[in-house]
Amino acid sequence: MTSSTVPTRRGEFWAGFRATLPLVVGAIPFGIIFGALGVTSGLSPMATVGMSLFVFAGSAQFIAAGLVAGQVGMSIIIFTTFIVNLRHALYSATLAPYVRNLPQKWLLPLGFWLTDESFVVVVTRYTQPDDSPYKHWYYLGSAVFMYTNWQLCTLLGVVAGQTIPDLRNWGLDFALIVTFIGMLITLITSRPLLISAVAAGLSAVLLNGLENKLGLVVAALLGVAAGVMAESVMPPEVKATPETAGGVRHE
Amino acid sequence: MNEFVLIAGMMLVTFIPRYGVMALLGRIEMPGRVFRALRFVPPVVLSAIILPAVLLNSEDGRLDLTLRNSFLIAGIIAGLVAWRSKNLLLTIVVGMAALWVWRWLLMSAGG
Repeated sequence: MTSSTVPTRRGEFWAGFRATLPLVVGAIPFGIIFGALGVTSGLSPMATVGMSLFVFAGSAQFIAAGLVAGQVGMSIIIFTTFIVNLRHALYSATLAPYVRNLPQKWLLPLGFWLTDESFVVVVTRYTQPDDSPYKHWYYLGSAVFMYTNWQLCTLLGVVAGQTIPDLRNWGLDFALIVTFIGMLITLITSRPLLISAVAAGLSAVLLNGLENKLGLVVAALLGVAAGVMAESVMPPEVKATPETAGGVRHE
Repeated sequence: MNEFVLIAGMMLVTFIPRYGVMALLGRIEMPGRVFRALRFVPPVVLSAIILPAVLLNSEDGRLDLTLRNSFLIAGIIAGLVAWRSKNLLLTIVVGMAALWVWRWLLMSAGG
């Protein structure tokens, strides 16, 4: 990502592509399972593929497939999708200052392609200190890779869903969690960040009973609040090494 | 159910928070405090997804801190690998392998 060479559009695009590779690997089983679940939940193969093409939101698609299987009404499914995807508003707000000078022909697709995975990869690139003018190409590389992979995996899953039963028993739903664990660990570079993550995680466990993943949104807000407070009481120049950050866990 | 309307509706309510906030906030000068607070968003969201997934039983939603919780065991191993190696692909491979090995051990032990 950080190279001494002069940044180019193509270089940024492929750097974004490469940085997203591990996340794409983590999303593969998730996409296949969605395709498989979609067709077994009562959606047509066309609608299952269409949902990946036009909605492109992993967890919301899973929940929607589950609700379709449970014969839930359409307006409730759409409302649930809205609530589940509200966290993207938080991502969108985070990225807004970096993309403010981009024209609409960039903002529309980049907004459409905003996912948990691309967000984390891209925000890491944007916060690097170099002033490359092509960081949105990095975003594009990440987003195009995630999107293409999601479509292929959905197709594969639609086919697999009609042939292999009980894909979930293979523990493939853990692939995404393990990917997120890897991402989280590399993001925690200071004590306030660690404190915010611990606060959000514990809150999410306590609030797990709330409907429609609302607990996740509330937990995220509590985590941000904890991080901001921690930052205001700690000297800002303290940048924890992995060793010292690990020690805070017991506080 | 009309699948076309369902997907169109889901598309709309997903696209609005993704694109709309980005497009609107880009026009306003954001205070430095807000900007600094937003840096916490990526880790808190990940943590809020991970912890319930590894600590709670997926069927009844209860806290499960036993050795029978294979997500917890594999999650801890994956976390250690990520921390020591900073290598995401390695973390995924070892984490998944740990899950399968642990489940196999549980099955062997449980009969």
